[in-house]
Amino acid sequence: MNIWLVMILGGTITFGMRFSLIYLLAEGRFQIPETLRRALHYVPPAVLSALIFPELFLRDDKWNLTLDNQRLLAGLVAIVVAWISKNTLLTIIAGTAALFVLQIWG
Amino acid sequence: MNEQSKYFWAGARAELPLLIGVFPFGMIYGALALNAGLSKLASQMMSSIVFAGSAQFITTQLVHEAAPGLVIVLTIAVVNLRHMLYSASLAPYLAPLSTRWKILLSYLLTDEAYAPSVIKYEAEGARPFSHWFLFGAGLALWSTWQISTGLGIFLGAAIPDSWSLDFALPLTFIAMVVPVLKNRPAIAAAVSAGIVALAAHDLRYGLGLILAALVGIVIGTLLERKSDSHY
Repeated sequence: MNIWLVMILGGTITFGMRFSLIYLLAEGRFQIPETLRRALHYVPPAVLSALIFPELFLRDDKWNLTLDNQRLLAGLVAIVVAWISKNTLLTIIAGTAALFVLQIWG
Repeated sequence: MNEQSKYFWAGARAELPLLIGVFPFGMIYGALALNAGLSKLASQMMSSIVFAGSAQFITTQLVHEAAPGLVIVLTIAVVNLRHMLYSASLAPYLAPLSTRWKILLSYLLTDEAYAPSVIKYEAEGARPFSHWFLFGAGLALWSTWQISTGLGIFLGAAIPDSWSLDFALPLTFIAMVVPVLKNRPAIAAAVSAGIVALAAHDLRYGLGLILAALVGIVIGTLLERKSDSHY
């Protein structure tokens, strides 16, 4: 699929969800089910770690849990920095610097 | 100053502290989108067509992995589902407005515009020009997002191709996910989704991501119900 089509579809869906209940709730009665409301809290941790794990644990499509896996080690450094600082920019700098240092050593 | 502009500028002012965090984020997005292989125009336009920070970062990552378009669209939908909550929460206050206003304010309804506006509405209810507050907050965020994206693309273009920025994306996701791991269900959602993503990574059409996300969401929700802890 063309990137422009992806963006237009993604943008239309996003707008649709933002507009949906502002439009529908004014017209009639519609409630978001409580279960869905709860489930939405878990979208960020689930989606983000589904993206993070393969980047850290897989090397050349295979598991790599050894100390040779520099991205895993640098990722762990970033997790600690993110936890302490809660700062995006600092986390990226720390993780990148850690990977850089590990690559020089390795 | 008339009532409209008073509310508009109050909204823009309330948005100001959030913009300090948004600006570097937009720059990082612009630089990484370009580095992931999107054209300058596509990188910039995504910020107005999709206009949702985390979905844009995730799209960039999936484009970099050459994931199928349908998977990217589905992922954007899942990630942006939370906007329905904002939509539901503001609906009663926006009910008296014209459809044109509803469309405009819906387009501008991001996490960062929602937060100060809902506080304002809850504090003083819907007054005749309250929506100008949301408009001011939303427009301040929108302009900042477009400018910071552009600046990021400009800087990203100056970075030599030999510098691989692709690790910056997972690092950005780490910075986003760590602060939300506040309780056991959230941690369980993250860990289970991560493990499924690893186990299912060679699933065709990149469906591993969708499967992993669904498993994580279900596990988090079930655990929360079991412990009956409120978020």
